[in-house]
Amino acid sequence: MLRLPPFRYHRPRTIDEAVGLLDRWGSRALPVSGGTDLIPNMKHRLFTPDHLIALKQIPDMRGFRRDGSALVIGGAETLASVARHPEVRRRFPSLAAAAGQVAGPQLRNMGTLGGNICLDTRCTYYNQTEFWRDALGYCLKKDGDVCHVTRVGKKCVAAHSADTPPVLMTLGATIELAGPEGRRDVGLNDFFLADGIWNSRRKPGEIVTRVRIPFPSRDSRAAYTKLRQRRSIDFPLLSVAVSADFQRSGRVCQIMGVVTALGARPRLLTGWARIALGRPLSNEVIEALAERAHRQCHPLENAIVDADWRRAMVPVQVRLALEALRPSAASAS
Amino acid sequence: MVKATTCIVHLRVNGDDYAPGVPSHYTLLETLRYVIGLTGSKQGCDKGDCGACTVILDGEPHLSCITPVLAAEGREIRTVEGLAGAGRPHPLQDAFDLNGAAQCGFCTPGILCSAVALLERNDAPTRTEIREALAGNLCRCTGYTKIYDAVESAAEVLRGQSGGGTGNGE
Repeated sequence: MLRLPPFRYHRPRTIDEAVGLLDRWGSRALPVSGGTDLIPNMKHRLFTPDHLIALKQIPDMRGFRRDGSALVIGGAETLASVARHPEVRRRFPSLAAAAGQVAGPQLRNMGTLGGNICLDTRCTYYNQTEFWRDALGYCLKKDGDVCHVTRVGKKCVAAHSADTPPVLMTLGATIELAGPEGRRDVGLNDFFLADGIWNSRRKPGEIVTRVRIPFPSRDSRAAYTKLRQRRSIDFPLLSVAVSADFQRSGRVCQIMGVVTALGARPRLLTGWARIALGRPLSNEVIEALAERAHRQCHPLENAIVDADWRRAMVPVQVRLALEALRPSAASAS
Repeated sequence: MVKATTCIVHLRVNGDDYAPGVPSHYTLLETLRYVIGLTGSKQGCDKGDCGACTVILDGEPHLSCITPVLAAEGREIRTVEGLAGAGRPHPLQDAFDLNGAAQCGFCTPGILCSAVALLERNDAPTRTEIREALAGNLCRCTGYTKIYDAVESAAEVLRGQSGGGTGNGE
């Protein structure tokens, strides 16, 4: 039995009211949307807010709408509704796939897209009960001054473990943040930071109100692959999102890959353009891109499985994702 | 840390209205089990992994162990106690019995809730759809096969009851 610490629960009806409550209570308050990340973390005493500001019942945080050349999704839309939404499935199949692979069905009915973007980083030594953490000695991320993963480091290496952000990065999505100083748009590619303790540019007290995804060009394709122990419930041990634009001839004119669940932020793979631009996505090109990704990724022992195995799986997962971009594979995604 | 406070929470569970006084930091599961006395929903991992606490909120399976009770206010809550009709079990409960789909039984209430929610939106689910709908419920005894069999046979019974006989499964 895991009890929650005491808190007051607030249900504002508007975004402004929610932001006002967060501002009023400052560091004593946290926003909660689906609660599928925060509530277990509170049960583990990783967070003990005095006030929870609920977002899910705010009408303005819900809905899907077309806005010019983009689809705008409310931050409190559930992952289940994102995964089954017809327009998401048609125009952004890799996003539907990623949202549909988060955790299990109940958690997708509860968890939200905004919450997934703000998911706390995860680590073997962090996501444990207070009893467990106390017995070992606390860590850098919570209550301690040592990292049990690197032993010597002074930088937290807890892993970004959300499924939808890497996909949203390859789709060029932006998010709107609302806070006491007003609203601002941030591109998801500029959103994450390499610090496991607080891995984004979101300030405490800010909430993700909506996600804006530009409609892709006609010959753009994207895919997502996820490595995990079971095909349900689990967080990713490694995941890969890719997108590419193709010329009529089948040659690549833009390509992007993001790997996550290894470090504190989703990692944009570099050097891909030099390898792939102007060429069709042949086995040779895919192999070169996978090899390039392998050289760039160095997983740490921050997850339950062996880091060497995770590293060996990088080119395998990259290959799978890139193969799904081929025209013949498009209908399969 | 703030002191615990008690609040009156208005819940509609299995068609009955309740307005108990509850500590405001209680989960829906704690309220169901320890305040209202509906102990059918089980407290397993208690952190959103295992699915034993699954209840149906507005037609969709949710995990009650990580749902703050105040988040359930104003919503239609159904638990395993509310699945049976007057005087007889739900056809899915019959099918669990006939197929040997429950062994120790601890995961059963959550699985029944996930499966009933599936059958109410899809009266002829494929084996894959059943597996996907139950992918958030862990069972350590059965190996799942008999559970899937039971959901399939309940779907058949329900189609017969509704006089439809639409899908034939395969």
